[in-house]
Amino acid sequence: MTDHCLVEAVNLALARAMSEDEDVILLGEDIARNGGVFRATDGLLDSFGEDRVIDTPLAETAIAGVCIGLAAEKLRPVAEIQFSGFLYPCIDQLANHASRFRTRTRGRLTCPMVIRTPSGGGIHAPEHHSESMEAMLINIPGIRVVFPSSPQRAYGLLLSAIRDPDPVVFFEPTRLYRSPKERVEDNGQGLALDCCFILKSGADVTVISWGAMLKEAMAAALSVEAEGIHAEVIDVATLKPIDFGTILNSVRKTGRAIIVQEAPLTGGFGAEIAARIAEHAILSLLAPVRRLAAYDIVMPLPRLERHNIPDEQRITAAIRNIMSYT
Amino acid sequence: MTYVNTATICLYTIGANIRAKATEQAVTMRSHPDNADLPTCFIRSDGQLAARLPTFANENAALVKLYGAMLLTRTFDEKAVALQRTGRLGTFASSLGQEAVSIGTASAMRTEDILLPSFREQGAMLWRGVSPKELFLYWGGDERGSDFAGPRGDFPICIPVASHAPHAAGAALAIKLRQESRVAVAIMGDGATSKGDFYEALNIAGVWRLPVVFVIANNQWAISVPVSRQTAARTLAHKAAAAGIASARVDGNDVIAVRAEVGEAIDRALGGEGATLIEALTYRLSDHTTVDDARRYRSDAAVSEQWPKEPIARLRHYLTNTSGWSKADEEALIADCRERVERAANDYLSTPPLEPDAIFEHSFAALPKDLLDQRGGIAMAKTIGPHHD
Ligand SMILES: Cc1ncc(C[n+]2csc(CCOP(=O)(O)OP(=O)(O)O)c2C)c(N)n1
Ligand SMILES: [Mg+2]
Repeated sequence: MTDHCLVEAVNLALARAMSEDEDVILLGEDIARNGGVFRATDGLLDSFGEDRVIDTPLAETAIAGVCIGLAAEKLRPVAEIQFSGFLYPCIDQLANHASRFRTRTRGRLTCPMVIRTPSGGGIHAPEHHSESMEAMLINIPGIRVVFPSSPQRAYGLLLSAIRDPDPVVFFEPTRLYRSPKERVEDNGQGLALDCCFILKSGADVTVISWGAMLKEAMAAALSVEAEGIHAEVIDVATLKPIDFGTILNSVRKTGRAIIVQEAPLTGGFGAEIAARIAEHAILSLLAPVRRLAAYDIVMPLPRLERHNIPDEQRITAAIRNIMSYT
Repeated sequence: MTYVNTATICLYTIGANIRAKATEQAVTMRSHPDNADLPTCFIRSDGQLAARLPTFANENAALVKLYGAMLLTRTFDEKAVALQRTGRLGTFASSLGQEAVSIGTASAMRTEDILLPSFREQGAMLWRGVSPKELFLYWGGDERGSDFAGPRGDFPICIPVASHAPHAAGAALAIKLRQESRVAVAIMGDGATSKGDFYEALNIAGVWRLPVVFVIANNQWAISVPVSRQTAARTLAHKAAAAGIASARVDGNDVIAVRAEVGEAIDRALGGEGATLIEALTYRLSDHTTVDDARRYRSDAAVSEQWPKEPIARLRHYLTNTSGWSKADEEALIADCRERVERAANDYLSTPPLEPDAIFEHSFAALPKDLLDQRGGIAMAKTIGPHHD
C-alpha cells in the first residue's frame, strides 16, 4: 500500500475499472495523449489504447450525448469534463435523456455512464474554473451525484460509480487533488454508494459536509476539541440519493446541526438537508440548524475568492455559536 | 474570399485586387489542390511580397503601427508569463506567434464596432484601447480588469470556448434592428469550431443576414488536440458553407492579409451582405497556458519548424527591405513597448485588492435586501458565526 493523492486515486480506480471490464471506455478533452489537464488519466492511453481512451473534439454537449448512446449500447462510458464550469452544456443531455432512459423505456435501455468533473475553488484558477454546481445536478431526478472528499473515498466511490447501472455525476474536489495524500489500497474494492461516512464521532454537534469543505470542517472540529466540544463530522459522499438516516441519527443524538457547503447558499444542497432535519428531527434540536455556504454571488475571481468560500475560522465560529444554545 | 451560393462553393476574385493565393503554403494544414483552400497572403515569411499590397498598406506609417502593436502584444505576453512564473499573476494564455490574427482583426475594425474576444486576444484588446493594466488585473484575478475604460461596448474575455459566438450574433441583430452602421467581430480558436454554440451562431447569422464576422484563430491546437483530430472538414472555412455565409482563408501570420480579409468582411457586413467566417492560419508557439506543458503532446522540433513563419519577424524583414527600418528604429520601439508594459505591470502590482465585501458589488443593478444582509454578515462571519443570524 502506498500513499496517493486524490487525483492519483482517481487514476488508479479508472485503470482498475478498465482492466476488470473491457466495456469501460474513457472520453474527454485532452484525456488521452495529454493524460487530462489534471493528469487523472495519465498513462491510460498507453495501457488501454486509443479505442478505449478517446480524445474528443471540444464539444461538451456531444460528450454527454455520446455517452448516452454508448451506454444504451451496453458500453460503460466514463467522461471527463475539464472543469465543472463547462458541465452546463451537458445538463441538457443529462436532464432530458440520461436521467430518463430507464423509466422512459421501462428498463429496456439504460444509462450506465459516469461524468467526472473537478469542482470548486481555491486553486486560483481563471473565471468559470471554480464553480460548485452540485445543486443543479441534484435537482435532476434519476441522476446519482457523488462527491468524494479523500483519496480513499475517491478510489472506492469511483469504482462503484462506474459499476453502477445508472448515470452518475462524479464531482472531484479540485483543491484536494494533489494533497493531502492517504493510503490507498488498489484492491478493486468499491465503497458503497448512497451512504454517508462518519469521519469523526462526537456527541455535541453534527457537522455535515461534502467534497473539499470537509478538510476545513474536520480542522474546525478538531480545533474545538480542546474546548471540550465534541463534534461529529459526516461526509455525505453520495449527495443524491441521500443517506438521510445516518444524518438523522446523528442529529437526534447531538441536537445541533451545521451544514457546510462551498456552493452558494440559496437553493443549495444544504437547504435540502436542513429541511429534512426540520421535518424529521425538529423536536430533538437544541439550536437552530446552521448553514455555512458561499454567498449568493457569482464566484469571485481569485483575488477575493477566499472571502466567499467558508473557511475553518467561519466553521469554528459557527460551532461555538451553536454550542451557546443550551 | 469564397462566397457560398446555393449549390457549390465558388471562388470569386474581387475587383482588380490581385489576390495572393498559392504563394504561401497553409501553415501546417494538409495542403490541398483546391485553390479555395489556399490562404490569402501578401507578405511571405521571408518578408518578400507575394502580391500587390492593399491600399491601406501602401503607407509606411500604417505598417509600422501594425508592427508596433504586434511587438507590444508580444512584450505584454512575455511580462505576463514572467509574472505568473513568479506567483504574481494567475494562469495566463500567451498569444506568442498569433499576434497578427489579433492585430490584423482589430485594426480592420472601426471604433464603433464591437469586439468579442476569447482568452488569447490581448493584441486585439490592446489595439481597441483596453489598457495593459486592465489585462493584468483581469489575469491577476481582479474583476476591475474587465471594466474597460476604453472600448466601453466591447465584450469581456470569454473563457467558455465558443459560448460568445451567439453573443456576436445577438449584438449584430441589435445593430441590424437599429439600422446602424456597425459590425460585431468575434474571435475564437480552432477548437471552438467543434462546439454547438459555434454552429448555431453561424446558422443564425446566415439566415438573418447579420452584420457579424467570425474570426477563427486556427493555431493548430486546442490544448493537446490537433486540428486533424478536431474535425474531418477539409478546412475550417468550409464550415461556413452549411450556414450559407461567406468565408475566407487567410495566412494568419501575415498581419496585412488578416486586416485585408477582415476589412472586406466588415465592408460586406456594412453593405448588408451578411456574415463571414474567416479562418486565419497561424500557430501557437507557446504552451496552451502557463499551466500546460506542451512537450507532453508535441515535439520541440515541430514547434521550431513554425518559428520561421511567425508574424513579427516577417513584417520586420519587409520593413527593413522596403523602408529602411533600422536597428535604431527597432531598439527604440522595443524600449517603448517595454516601458509601457513595465509601467502597467507596476501599476497593477501596486493596486491593492478591493475590500472583501466588494465581492457583492454589481451583483444586481441595486443590491437586494437579502444580499445586503449577506454582505452585512461578511465581517461577522469569522467571529460570531453564520451570516443569517
Ligand atoms: C466549453 C469549454 N470547454 C473546455 C474548456 C477548457 N479549454 C480552455 S481552452 C481549450 C482549448 C481551446 O482551443 P481553441 O478553441 O483552439 O483555442 P486556443 O486555446 O487554441 O486559442 C479548452 C479545452 C473551455 N474553456 N471551455
Ligand atoms: Mg487552437
